[in-house]
Amino acid sequence: MKNKGEIYRISGPVVIITGLNTKMYDVVKVGNEGLMGEVIGIEGDKSTVQVYEETSGVRPGEPVENTGMSLSVELGPGLLESIYDGIQRPLPVLKEKMGDFIKRGVSANGLSREKEWDFVPTVKKGDKINGGDIIGTVRETLNIEHRILVPPTISGTISEIKKGKFKVDQVICTLEDGKELTMMQKWPVRKPRPVSKKMTPGTPLITGQRILDGLFPVAKGGTAAIPGPFGSGKTVTQQQLAKWSDTEIVVYIGCGERGNEMADVLYEFPEIKDPKTGRPLMERTVLIANTSNMPVAAREASVYTGITIAEYYRDMGYDVSLMADSTSRWAEAMREISSRLEEMPGEEGYPAYLAARLSEFYERAGKVKALSGKEGSITVIGAVSPPGGDFSEPITQNTLRIVKVFWALDAKLAQRRHFPSINWLNSYSLYTKALGPWYDEHVSPDWVKLRNDAMELLQKESELQEIVQLVGSDALPEDQQLTLEVARMIREYFLQQNAYHEVDTFCPMDKQFKLLKSIMSWGDKAHNALDGGAPIEDIMKLKSKDDLAKVKYEKEFDKALGVILKTMEDEFAKLRGK
Amino acid sequence: MTKEYKTISQISGPLIFVEKTEPVGYNELVNINLPDGTTKRGQVLDTSDDIVVVQVFEGTGGLNRDCGVRFTGETIKLPVSKDLLGRILSGAGEPLDGGPRIVPEDRLEITGAAINPYARLPPKDFIQTGISTIDGMNTLVRGQKLPIFSGSGLPHNEIALQIARQARVRGSNEPFAVVFAAMGITNEEAQYFMADFERTGALERAVVFLNLADDPAVERLITPRLALTAAEYLAYEHDMHVLVILTDITNYCEALRQMGAAREEVPGRRGYPGYMYTDLASLYERAGVVKGRKGSVTQFSILSMPGDDITHPIPDLSGYITEGQIVISRELHRKGIYPPVNVLPSLSRLMNSGIGATRTREDHKAVSDQCYAAYAEGKDLRGLVAIVGKDALSDRDKKFLEFADMFEDRFVRQGVDENRDIETTLSIGWELLAELPEAQLTRIDNKYIQKYHPAHKAKEKEGK
Repeated sequence: MKNKGEIYRISGPVVIITGLNTKMYDVVKVGNEGLMGEVIGIEGDKSTVQVYEETSGVRPGEPVENTGMSLSVELGPGLLESIYDGIQRPLPVLKEKMGDFIKRGVSANGLSREKEWDFVPTVKKGDKINGGDIIGTVRETLNIEHRILVPPTISGTISEIKKGKFKVDQVICTLEDGKELTMMQKWPVRKPRPVSKKMTPGTPLITGQRILDGLFPVAKGGTAAIPGPFGSGKTVTQQQLAKWSDTEIVVYIGCGERGNEMADVLYEFPEIKDPKTGRPLMERTVLIANTSNMPVAAREASVYTGITIAEYYRDMGYDVSLMADSTSRWAEAMREISSRLEEMPGEEGYPAYLAARLSEFYERAGKVKALSGKEGSITVIGAVSPPGGDFSEPITQNTLRIVKVFWALDAKLAQRRHFPSINWLNSYSLYTKALGPWYDEHVSPDWVKLRNDAMELLQKESELQEIVQLVGSDALPEDQQLTLEVARMIREYFLQQNAYHEVDTFCPMDKQFKLLKSIMSWGDKAHNALDGGAPIEDIMKLKSKDDLAKVKYEKEFDKALGVILKTMEDEFAKLRGK
Repeated sequence: MTKEYKTISQISGPLIFVEKTEPVGYNELVNINLPDGTTKRGQVLDTSDDIVVVQVFEGTGGLNRDCGVRFTGETIKLPVSKDLLGRILSGAGEPLDGGPRIVPEDRLEITGAAINPYARLPPKDFIQTGISTIDGMNTLVRGQKLPIFSGSGLPHNEIALQIARQARVRGSNEPFAVVFAAMGITNEEAQYFMADFERTGALERAVVFLNLADDPAVERLITPRLALTAAEYLAYEHDMHVLVILTDITNYCEALRQMGAAREEVPGRRGYPGYMYTDLASLYERAGVVKGRKGSVTQFSILSMPGDDITHPIPDLSGYITEGQIVISRELHRKGIYPPVNVLPSLSRLMNSGIGATRTREDHKAVSDQCYAAYAEGKDLRGLVAIVGKDALSDRDKKFLEFADMFEDRFVRQGVDENRDIETTLSIGWELLAELPEAQLTRIDNKYIQKYHPAHKAKEKEGK
């Protein structure tokens, strides 16, 4: 059959074409304007296509052309610092080509064909190379070395390798069988890139957020979900993670989210400095922005585009974190397309393959040994926006079956401006055990116990609160009143963190440990003092308690904490003296 | 001249099915000629070689299989010109005020195109609405979309009008306009809005689109798009700052559901179509500020929550798209407090970029956070008091309980024509906070306490 057909029917983003020989997931150019679409169903000589652009005014009978390729992304130097739409078209290029508003029928390369990169080979003539091997490097941004990989499907012996400045589509390496390699390769987004081995994660992702690192850590190569109703701080948490996570590469997917928020990210990221390198965060970031009013099919693709880019950097041996905000919008895009296809719906109108798609996506996370032999990881953190904040809905439930860490956002906490509004009783992390040895070595052997004690105290607080709700706090015995007070200190002094405060926005592990330890030891001392007969009113009035509240904002934390610990010693000594 | 087809095969609700046409474009505008000589308009929803589905805006009443159908070959466009200002148009864009037809400077597609996120400027210009609960606690900025979540019988219209009257960017005299789109509201409500626009002279700077309760429901699907197209035109071509008021989003969604049902689509939650999120986003996202253009579009929509249920799909999906929400409380309204804004579930996501030293005042965020926390605690204690009585509370708790009452009485409550500037709002906040023990003000940096706390201010004066 031929590779030119015509449109038979149009209903929104779903177009049915006829007379064209297609394979599933082939990319086709639809209509006179050549709108980009993807084959998602075949029946007889008709194929169903989801179109990534607006279809107003397109008519039956217009021509359709098959590119014969699956939806792919371009991988190579130049990905970092880029900002793409859901199908890897750079937004700045789109703006140049079509102005401030997204029109249609414009194609744009994911990687610039103009820019030259300084290629330094690491292999030589006569070397045997296999798929995934590193053949050279390019300094992509000041701190990131881009390792040029052999496409996974290619192997052979090098007959020629070049050195010097090249554009991404120029040949840098020729194999004996005549195959030519460039710095750029294409990879179909719906297919995971191959690895040599999957490994078990054992290092925590340090995010600088106390409740995450301290109580519910995620491992590098792990998966986490942040579900929460609107206004509970999903986006702020995701952005904090993108800003402060200690991975080398960050891929941030704004999937069906707000335009103004994406604009904010676009403005802010080039301004913020990476705490480790002092360079702008943007230099290690790839942004994918497909706002809620951009075409729905491209929204469906954006998540795959993002994870494929993440896999590419993982294969170079980097730790990558990927934030998807929000996976619910992605699932809704699936639902919308599914309903236009008149498929039999599953739960709440979502397609029956929802769970399979979600788990396929999260399974692309992980710590791996890449084909090149280097170790890399992808940590996936997916925001979920459950309708009405109801966690029993299908996306949250299907996600929770897969991910290992659950950060439950709570609208009640957000309303009283407890940020990050992650509920410490409902959240969990299944990595705490696996990460234990790391904490012993890198933070303190006391850390795990300290964390467990704090959690226990918070649990106890919630039990006591139930009693307080019935009888009032004055009716409790004094030692329980004190327990409530220490729990409150943990909540307000430790768990609350101000993302907009210059110092408090990022809290290193060491500071977290010292802060929590100081609060807990204040609690121990207070209980001792109470047992020793000191009146509870006096204990509650201690200056050191109020001082602990604000120490997290201090620029010179260690010094300030030292002073407070001294005050604390003195005050409790005095109480004992009485 | 385009061909007229007399091949309607089926009429079902607001839809007609036309057979054996030449290729017809998706979303194309359709004219339907009735036997009595009148014409109705519609839009193509689904097109194929065999059959074309058309939704009829004015309803299918009076249609039969003898009607002639003409496909115009273009999508729906709004004729725009600066003369739109001061005009009252129907929900389909026809003049209602007896004035002449608009002589267009341009004809714009009403679906609009998405703003390239890269072309957007993050909104940060503080809009002073003169309402404490909004300015102080949920600040509105230019280019934001901030809906009012209300319920039937609550004074959302008064609040919307007060905002339309008072909203200003301080220290700026830039041209601004109001675009008002009514979707399925009653004639009486529309009269109320019109009377207020006339009373305050706002009508000269306004474009009004009216789709009233007895107008066809399908027309509601295009009314907000016409309004937003007009708004974008005034903002981006004529450098105006446009405030768009859409009311009532709930009626719009009902119309959407009605269309979905007529098309026999697979329904989503509570029968609303699965694409409602995307559809609403295509309205709400048409707010913003574009780099290099002077104007802006700010949206202030009204949405009545069915049964005051914020988890209902309409407010729920809206909340996920808009940059916050102002929630109107029936409880406060019953207490006789105007404007009955419940600040706890209310939120402005863009507040942080619109406030602070250079925009409002350095202590703004701290004061607002502290008021939030204290009010939330005070409200919780009300529940406790109902069980154990006030006497069982500690002295500290009693202070917070009193704070909540005072907050509602002095901070939330204000007059319909009372226009408080931000300094007034913040100093009311400080007066209330001063009633709490200073050690409890944990969210406020000590330097602001020294500078703004009434007790310290008084001391400073004495010192001088």
